[in-house]
This record gives sequence, structure tokens and C-alpha cells, in this order.
Amino acid sequence: MNNVRNKPLVRDASVRSRDFEEVCLGFDAKAAKAESERCLNCKNAPCRTGCPVGVNIPLFISLLKGGDTGGAKRAILADSNLPSICGRVCPQESQCEKFCVRGIKGEPVAIGQLERFVADNADIPLEKAKATGKRVAVVGSGPAGLTCAGDLAKAGVEVTVYEAFHKLGGVLVYGIPEFRLPKELVRKEISSLEGLGVKFVTDAVIGKTLGVKELTESYDAVFIGTGAGLPMFMGIPGENLNGVFSANEYLTRVNLMKAYLETSDTPVYRAKKAVIVGAGNVAMDAARTALRMGAEVTVVYRRSRAEMPARAEEIVHAEEEGIVFHLLSNPVAINGENGFVKSVTCVEMELGEPDASGRRSPVVKEGSEFTIECDMLIMALGTSPNPLLTSSFKELQLGRKGVIIADETTGETSVKGVFAGGDAVTGSATVIKAMGQGKLAAKSILKMFENA
Amino acid sequence: MFRIARKNVLNFNTVEYEIEAPLVAKSCRGGQFVILRVDENGERIPLTIADYDRARGTVTVIVQTIGATTYKLSQKGEGEYICDLVGPLGNPTDLGDCENAILVGGGIGSAVIYPQTAEMKKLGKKVTVIVGAKTKELLIHEDDFRARSDEFIIMTDDGSYGEKGFVTDALKKLLDRGGYDCVFAVGPLPMMRAVCALTEGYGVKTIVSMNSIMVDGTGMCGGCRLTVGGKTKYACVDGPEFDGHLVDFNEAINRSKIYREQEAEHYCRLKGESVKL
Repeated sequence: MNNVRNKPLVRDASVRSRDFEEVCLGFDAKAAKAESERCLNCKNAPCRTGCPVGVNIPLFISLLKGGDTGGAKRAILADSNLPSICGRVCPQESQCEKFCVRGIKGEPVAIGQLERFVADNADIPLEKAKATGKRVAVVGSGPAGLTCAGDLAKAGVEVTVYEAFHKLGGVLVYGIPEFRLPKELVRKEISSLEGLGVKFVTDAVIGKTLGVKELTESYDAVFIGTGAGLPMFMGIPGENLNGVFSANEYLTRVNLMKAYLETSDTPVYRAKKAVIVGAGNVAMDAARTALRMGAEVTVVYRRSRAEMPARAEEIVHAEEEGIVFHLLSNPVAINGENGFVKSVTCVEMELGEPDASGRRSPVVKEGSEFTIECDMLIMALGTSPNPLLTSSFKELQLGRKGVIIADETTGETSVKGVFAGGDAVTGSATVIKAMGQGKLAAKSILKMFENA
Repeated sequence: MFRIARKNVLNFNTVEYEIEAPLVAKSCRGGQFVILRVDENGERIPLTIADYDRARGTVTVIVQTIGATTYKLSQKGEGEYICDLVGPLGNPTDLGDCENAILVGGGIGSAVIYPQTAEMKKLGKKVTVIVGAKTKELLIHEDDFRARSDEFIIMTDDGSYGEKGFVTDALKKLLDRGGYDCVFAVGPLPMMRAVCALTEGYGVKTIVSMNSIMVDGTGMCGGCRLTVGGKTKYACVDGPEFDGHLVDFNEAINRSKIYREQEAEHYCRLKGESVKL
């Protein structure tokens, strides 16, 4: 058997870097079949332990191998609500694929690509149980909220989802770019939830438009999945110059507001030379978006390539597209002219002892200052939870950095009947982890209803 | 969709819109703002709430037609709908400690000090209002202000009405007279900067309302950040009102120009005119 995995179709870097269409086109039927045959169908299924929602990976792959794509999708849907999205944005190399036995002596099975293939090629209508007469409010329409809403609606609960933005999907629509996750897929997932009777209310900022108390009073339970929306800055001189943006702002303008289209009224900064600070998925998204908007792009990151937190595929795609990586370097000052960014002064770093996270912490090299010219600088340093809701609802117990404290086994917060999950609880994690917590909360809410 | 219940053209480029938004009307207070979007391609723009009617379930905004979005909005008639309106965002005005305040409104900013004027009056406090406009035609809601203030001063740049001069001229006279414990100023950034420079000399507490560029209005984009007392603050969630003596106005003025060229181009294209910068 082959130790090398089948490769999905990927659009040529020179073409794709000039448009916003999807970069990876996935497997065709033949490649999917061939790849599914690489699965050893291990009895103990180590891959499942790497999946935050425990998708029965060997089962769905064996069904696919037998030609039953619909059955394969049903198998995935038993544990995951948004497979077409997870197949595209999960960091498979550090989850399921990391534990694949095939990976020991070769390349692991391309589980993510297979999931995507199954999700895209079978339509399974969601089924709804008899109405329970219970009502739940879900705050936030990102991955955690959508998942929780879906599971509850399937169980016959009447669900209303409140979203602060004018569009549904949370980070899936404002953060992740079209070329990595087509918004059509998000819309489709949402319309299938509408098919289950889930009601969506946009333009509703909970904590402002409506208080959490109003929700707890009129619903049988509340789920909070408000994400981690607050951008971080470095606190270095020149950060408020024109042309310095948070990745959140830049990506929101381009993705949510569609500023890359002529028809959009939303302005976006058109840079010739952009510097992106950070190396997570958001940094890669910002870098590749700036590239598509016509800029030459340099990524500045204080550690080395091995520590870059982004998905492996995104880093490779960024490199193929011509993004320059200035690793082991860190900005210390942003320089301007007439109020606009002109350049950024950085220092070189070297890796010292491992820190609390186990990653080797970078140390400044003496006398290593250097300057990169740029007319735009985007900070992609991570985010923290938004205090808008929590500051208006003091009963909620908060942890470090303002995250909502929720029981790990139930998702319930310090307030009875109020559950939370996703980045609002973890601080900053992945789509799949948020989904997992949405599922957990839905399960606990249903259990609470049963025992009532 | 949000219905325009009433549209009132105040002058050649200023329009008042009363928009049905029951949830916003129910919880909003003076000093807060809303973000609206006219249509599917629309930009999200922040607008300070100029008035609200909880019984009718409406909020009122007063808008100067100066760019693409405000132009599109001006093309909407009474009974028509806009795509989105979200709020109330930001914190309400806190003039709780003031017993004898001067409220200063410049240009469109005079629309925004009206709820505070009415509220101060209702609480039985002394309130003096100064409004500034380029010309008489640009003055708005004169009668309402007159009815709800203890003293009402109009300044016009060209002297076509009230007194000729800037709001700071009138403000200086009042401050010389003394007895005021607070100034609340809303208007163009250079006006607020001038007001703060003046009041600082008199040691009178001054609150300003910052209408910065923003996208979401909930603390997510960081576009509205400004420096207040040496610290970075977000106009949307920390404000929009701040101690004017601590605001770095020069930085705020610079930041307000980020998209100037693009916006001018887009507006001209929308109106089918040639681009003039």
C-alpha cells in the first residue's frame, strides 16, 4: 500500500493569489476513493481520540470506501454538525491525522479532505424530534452557537439565535476569508437550521439591545457563544498611526463587508507593502487577503517556523503565493510620516528556554535592529473575549482575561440554566473545539429539561 | 428591515430620520449611538441617537449628506426601509454631577446635545446651550432648544443669525462670567479641540463625544481607537464620551482621514460625477 497520500486539487498559486475564490478544490471521486482505501480501519481508532468531537472516522471512511457517501455523511453528522466547514478549517495535522497509524511510516490518511468530500457530496436533511415545548436562547451565531442551536432544534427545542452583526455565522463570515471557506457553505448550514425551525435575530447585541436577564426570564435556558472578539495590540510606539489595523478590522472589512468588491460601500486600505505581525491562522488569512488586495506581503513572527500556530496547509499555501516570512523577529516601533505608516523597526530574536506553553520563548538579540518599509501593518496577535455581555451581567463568574467560567463536563456557568462555550470560554481556540462545546452544552440543556 | 417612520429635511444637506427600532428605543439613552446599513452593499455607519420615543418604538438620527452612505440614505423616503440598525451602542452621557452646565453643539453636533438638554431640564438643573452653524439656514431645532434651555446662544460663522463668530467666542464670555461646573461639547473634532483648549484654562470639566471611524461598534475591530490620558481607548465601548482634556485630538483628527480619498471617489462614482478631491 502507498505511503503517500492522495493530493487534493489546488488552484495554481499565480492564479489564485489574484482572486478570492477557493484555493483548495478538494478531492474528486477517484482520489476520494483511493484515499479512503488507505485507511486501515484500526479497531482502536486512535484518530478519534484526536478529534475534539470524536467523529467516528473509521466508520465514515469505510462507508465511503463502499460507495455509500450518504451513509458516510450520516456517520459524521452523528458527532459533528458542520462537516463541510470542519473539513476545510480544522487543524487536522494536530488532531485526527496526528494519531493516524499510517502516519508512523508515511503520510497519514487525509481525513480532513475525506470529510470535506463527504460533506460536499451528500445532502442529508436534518431530522427533527417532536416538539418539547422548551425554548432556548443562543447568543452568537458562530460555530459554538450554530452547533448548540442545531442539536437543540433536532431534539425538538424551540431555539432563537441572537447575532450582533447584520449577517449570521460569526467568525466563519467576518474572520475566515472566502478563499478558504466559501460563505455559500455557511449560508447553507444556516438555512438547514432554519429548516429545523431555528429563528435568527440579527442586529441584536446582547448586553445592549437586550439584557441577558431578559433572556433568562423568557427562555428555559440560555447558551452564550459570543466568541473572543477583542483584538490585541503590542503597545509599541506608532500603533495608532493610519495604516495600522487589527487583523479583525482588516478581515471584517474585506470578508463581512465585502470591501474587495467594487459594489461595496465599505472602504478598505489599499496597501503596496504590507507587514503582518503574528503567525496564527488569522495572520495567514490577513496576509493572503492583503496579497489579493494587491500588496507585497511580509509576515513578521518572533519564533521560528516550527512554532507557527497556523494550520500547516495555510502556511504552505501562503509560501506558494509568495508571502515573505521574516521569522525570529519582533516589531519594537512603528514609524510614520504625515500620520501614515512608513516603516516598522524590528529586532531579531533567538529561542531560549521553553515557557509555560512548552514553546521555547524568544529572546531579543542585542544590537539587531532592522527596518522594514511598509504602508500598512496588521496586528494578528490573538484576541480575548468581549466584555460587552459579561459586564452587563455581573452574576457570571469570569476567569483569566475575562473568559466565562463554565463547567468542563456540562458547559454550565455559575448561573443556573445559563451555559457557555467556544472562545468566550476558552479564550481563543478552534472552530471544532467551539463546536464540541456547543454540543456539550446542548446535551446538558436537554438533560436538564429531562430531569426537570 | 427597519422602517423610516418619518423623514424631515432640515436644510439642504441635513435630514432627520425617525426609524422604527422598538428594541433599541426601549433601552437607549442620550449619548448612545446606533450603527445602520442602508442596503445589502451598505457600509455600517455609526450615528449618535438624537432622540427616541419609547412609546412609538422609534429612534431619531440626524444625518448630514456628505458621503456615499448618507447619500444613499437621503434617497430613501418616508415609509421605506433600511437594511439594518443596531444599538444602542456605547455608554450613555453621564452629566449626573453637573448642576449648571454649558452644552455646546457645532454643526451636526447640535443635534446630538438635544437629548442631554432635555434631560438636564427635566432634572431641574441649569442648562445653557450654545450652538454654532456656518449660516442661519444650517441651524436646526432652534425652537426645541429655546424651550428647554435656560439660556440659548446662536453663533454663525457669517453672522447671518445670532452672533457672528465661533462657539468658543460665546463660551469664553460665559466662562468669564463664571458659575458653571461642566461643559459638554459635540461637533467637528477641531471645534471640540478648541473648546477643550479653552475650558482647560478655566479648569472646568469638559466632556466630548467622539464619533470615530468604526465597523462593528462592539469593541471588535479596534478602528475607533484613540489616545485618552496616554492610554488607548475604544470610542465604541469605552466612550463615545470622554474627558476632553485627556483626549489626543491631533491623533483623532489624523485618524479621521484614513479613508478620505477612497470615500470621495466612491461618493462621486455613486452620484455619477467626476472625482474631485
